[in-house]
Order: sequence, then structure tokens, then C-alpha cells
Amino acid sequence: MRVAENLNAALHAVLAADPGAHLLGEDIADPYGGAFKITRGLSERYPDRVLTTPISEAGITGVACGLALCGDAAIVEMMFGDFVALAFDPLVNLAAKSVSMYGARRPVRLVVRCPSGGGRGYGPTHSQSLMKHFLGVPGLSVYELSPFHDCLGVFEEMLALGEPCLFAEDKVTYTRPMFPDVAPFRLDYDGGVARVFLDERPDCVIIAPGGIAHRALEAMRSLLVEEEISSMLMIPSRLYPVAVEAAAVERTGAEFVFVAEESTAGGTWGAEVAHRLHARLWGRLRRPVTLIHALDSVIPTAPHLEREVLPQATTIHRQVLEALRD
Amino acid sequence: MPPAFAETVPAAGALSLLPDDELELLLLIRHFELELLDLYGRGELNGTTHTCLGQEYIPVAVSGLLRDGDFVLSNHRGHGHYLARYRDPHGLLAEIMGREGAICAGVGGSQHIGREGYLSTGIQGESLPVAAGIALHLKRTRPGAVACVYIGDGSWGEGAVYEALNLASLWRLPLLVVVENNGIAQSTPTSRQLAGTIAGRAAAFGLRHLGIGSLDVTGIRAALAPALALVRLGEPLVAEFAAHRLGPHSKGDDTRSAPEIEHARAHDWYQRYADEHPQQFARFDAAQRERVRAVVAEVSARPPSTWDGS
Repeated sequence: MRVAENLNAALHAVLAADPGAHLLGEDIADPYGGAFKITRGLSERYPDRVLTTPISEAGITGVACGLALCGDAAIVEMMFGDFVALAFDPLVNLAAKSVSMYGARRPVRLVVRCPSGGGRGYGPTHSQSLMKHFLGVPGLSVYELSPFHDCLGVFEEMLALGEPCLFAEDKVTYTRPMFPDVAPFRLDYDGGVARVFLDERPDCVIIAPGGIAHRALEAMRSLLVEEEISSMLMIPSRLYPVAVEAAAVERTGAEFVFVAEESTAGGTWGAEVAHRLHARLWGRLRRPVTLIHALDSVIPTAPHLEREVLPQATTIHRQVLEALRD
Repeated sequence: MPPAFAETVPAAGALSLLPDDELELLLLIRHFELELLDLYGRGELNGTTHTCLGQEYIPVAVSGLLRDGDFVLSNHRGHGHYLARYRDPHGLLAEIMGREGAICAGVGGSQHIGREGYLSTGIQGESLPVAAGIALHLKRTRPGAVACVYIGDGSWGEGAVYEALNLASLWRLPLLVVVENNGIAQSTPTSRQLAGTIAGRAAAFGLRHLGIGSLDVTGIRAALAPALALVRLGEPLVAEFAAHRLGPHSKGDDTRSAPEIEHARAHDWYQRYADEHPQQFARFDAAQRERVRAVVAEVSARPPSTWDGS
């Protein structure tokens, strides 16, 4: 099963299980089924609750917030995650704050889905990973789509939180398989964090969300075969609050830690993760946590330029090698 | 200046005699707001506030037409909206003062009030899409109920307003938009911040618009009731009141000219009602002033509110 099908099945299941659940977004109705076809079949089955909308990201996020404040579960699809900038106000200033600003805790079951990331040549305004702008907002959690986490489970977790969630979906994962073959490594889970590794005591730990995990995995293979470097990949479903425990990293005994993501440089999720790790692992690491991310640049459209800006498997390989050989 | 709808200038005797409890409610809101300004003046309140002096008759008229199952969304100038719905001066003052018994534990303050069926927020235009979402919920779960959202003329500068109006019209949502057009957005006259008219903007979305110039609660309800009945059936409405803001935007920040302030004063329901129904007015005005002073004394003596965090 591909990730897109798993996500589609999860949305079907959420709408089937909860008669108050709504899904709103632009061009999500059948037969079109959304720009990335994630909502296929939903509006035919749930015509009253799967609503295709005008091009009004602020408006539909506000509508979803209204539904959520009435107790309904509401899911919004941004056609491209870049457009969530238009919904910053209803999400940050109302949905997230409503959880606590009226004195007593109010459940706000709202998920804003954001097809994110580059690698498909959509250019500067349709390729971004804007998650870093939503970190540290009281009452708002950030998750990322992952081939290693069943989408229904993730949606159930997000909706059970009773707090709005931003759900980043790296577009390149849509067509990839769920639970891909990780040979020669093995896969297990530590809470909500998927772990891919050969050895419980690896040379290094790479922390990466779902969208870049396959690039990290490719780098792990080449590092193992070409350099005999053993790595453990940790893939959290929840980015914020940070789900990767410093203690879990500490238990591996690794002296090198990397955080890989597709965000552009500056104020990144990785910086937040690194800070938390440093607080516990300071003095036990051979060097500070290495942040691997896109350049401080707009994301170009032409493939050769885009490849230079975004972190690739070769970028991760090179950065790990440089750190360990330093 | 507010828009010149019919009956903007009330003739002598234009304010009908109200039932005692309606007059009491009007006077409660008036004296509540006056006491707040007094508390600020004495340095006993934190932050800021926006009083609805001169506009009290609008929520009193509208609330009389709303039902328990309806939802009200309010804005920064919302004390009258709240008091007209709940008649709870203790809870509201405790909220504003951060005292025990506050509606929202003192977290929300003047501009962020939430109760079952009621919500206010301090960001202009933000509430319109939320109101549309609530109306969508009510349409499915409680047919006949409406979401009633109060906004001012200044809010019409926000894009979210138009996204919501479009959705309300497209989806036939039971949404009542009450516009308190007092002719001034903080310090900016409407003529300098709003091109065309609110009626024209409503028309552009195929929405019904009702302009109300009257200060008379009974007359307003007579005009609004049939229009609201259609809202309950899924025909959204923009009800625009020519409102008269007597006081400053918040505390001491009134930059209007003397004739403009005089125009607002000439349209103050309070003085007109006192002139037209002096006996009834005299019976309740002083009593409500005393009532609010007692509320201030009682709430001021309470311990600080407690909040168990997020």
C-alpha cells in the first residue's frame, strides 16, 4: 500500500467512525479528489461533511475552528502547505488559544493537513516546509506524515489530543510504499518513534521526520557499505512537542547525533531538538548535534537548482562522514 | 458619522415605553460601562477596555430575539453583548478585574469571553469565519438555531470577513451578522477606511441587508424579527445598525471633533428615554447605578482568580 492510499483510508475511517467529523478544502470533492488525490471517494460517501470550498484558507480554517469549538472533529486540507501562511491567524490566534484562553480547557479537535516539501519542481511558493513557524505555540502540536506510522493511528492520536494539530505531509512520500523494506536494517518502535538500525550501539543517531526518512535511510546504507559507519535512524511522528527523548538517544551510546529535515536554515525544528538533547547529553557527545537542512534560500523550480538547495541522501552521507572523520 | 438610515434622528416620543426589566438591562449596561471607566480612572483595572456607551440598545434589542440554543460571537466592544445575554455583571467584572468567580478565570479579560453558546475574541474579522463554522454545525445539529456575530464598521477592512460572507451565502448558513456601525474605527472615520457601503458589500455576495437607524428597542425588534425568522431557515442576514459611540475607543483616546461627539450625544437613547419616560426612568436609573456600585464593591473585595493552567 502506498502512503497516499493509507492516508486516504485513514480519512475514510475517521469520517466513518465519527458522525460529526468534517473535512474541508479546496478542490477536494470527487471526481477530482484534491490536488494530490488524497480525498478521493470521500465526498461521494459523505457529501454533507466533506466540503469543497472556495479559495479561502483563512476562512475555511476559521470555519473548521467553529466546528471544533462546537465539539465536531474538523480536518482542513491546504492544497499546498505553503498556503497555511494564510491561515496563521485562525490557527494560532484562535484555534490554539481557545484550548485554554477561556479559563477552562476546551477541546479543539482540528487537524490542518499541509502537503509540504520540494523535489517536484513546484518552485518557491509551492515547495516549502513551514513547520518551524508553528513550533512553540501553546496549544498547537505539529506532526508529520511518515511511511513508518499508520495514518489512522496518527489521526486518532491527533484528534484525541483535543488540541489543534498541523499535519505536514511531504508530497514525495505520497507515492512511496508504507512500511518500506529497510534491509539490511531492522525496524522497531520506541513509543511513537520508529527506529531503523542494525546495532543497538550505533556510531551515530540520525533523527529525521517521515518526509526525509527515505533519504536518511539511503545515506545509512551507503555509510555502512562504503564507510562501515553504523547508524540508527529515529523517525518521530510528532515533531512538536518534541517526541524524541534525550534519554532514548543517550541509551544508544552514540557520540554523534544528526537532525535532518527539509526546512530552510534558521530557527529550525532541528535546533529545538538539538537544544533538548544538549541539555542532557552535553559533554557526552563528541561534537554538538549537527543540523542538516535546506540552504538559506528560496526553493528554485529547475531540478538542478532545486537539488542544490534541498538536502539529499548524499548531503546526509557527506555531513555524517565529515562529522565522524573530523 | 454613522450611516443615515431612516429614523436615525428620533422624533420626540420615538422611544416606546419598555417593560421594566428591559429598561433595567439597558441601564445595567450603561452604569456598568461608566463604572469601568471610573475604575480605570482610579487605576484599579489592568490592561485596556472598550466600552459600548451609547450602543447598549443594540444587544438589548437583538438578545430579546435570540433563543437559548443560538450562539453569540462578540468582539472587543463586547460588555453589552455579554450582559444582554446573561445579565451577569459579577462574572464579567470579576473577569475584567481578575477576581474569583471570573467567567474565564481572568485569563481572557475584557476581550476574550467564552461560555456555553458565547465566545468573543479580540482580533478583528477573525470571528466571522468561526461564526460561519458554528452556523454550519447548528444547521446540521440544531435546525432553526442561528449564529449571531457582532462586528463593527472597522472589521470590514479584514479579508476574512469576505471569505466568511461568501461561504455563508453559498452554503445558506443560519448566520446573523450584526454590524454596529458607529462611524469610527478606533480613531479613523468610516469615510476614510470604507469605500462604498456595507449594504453594497452584502449585496455583492447575494446577502440580505437590513439598515436600522432606530434607537427604539421595540421598533428594532419589529423590523428585525421577520428578517431573523428567515435566517433561521438558512438565509443569512447583515443587520447594520447606525450606532452612536458616546465614549472614546478605549479610555482617553477620543480624537473626534466637537460636532461629531455632539452628534453622538444627540442620539443617546439614555437622555432621550429619560426625557420621554421620566417617571419610569427615575425609578430604575439610580437603582441600577447603585446595583453596579454594589457589584464593584463586592467583586473588588474578592481574592484574585485562580487558573489551573493550560
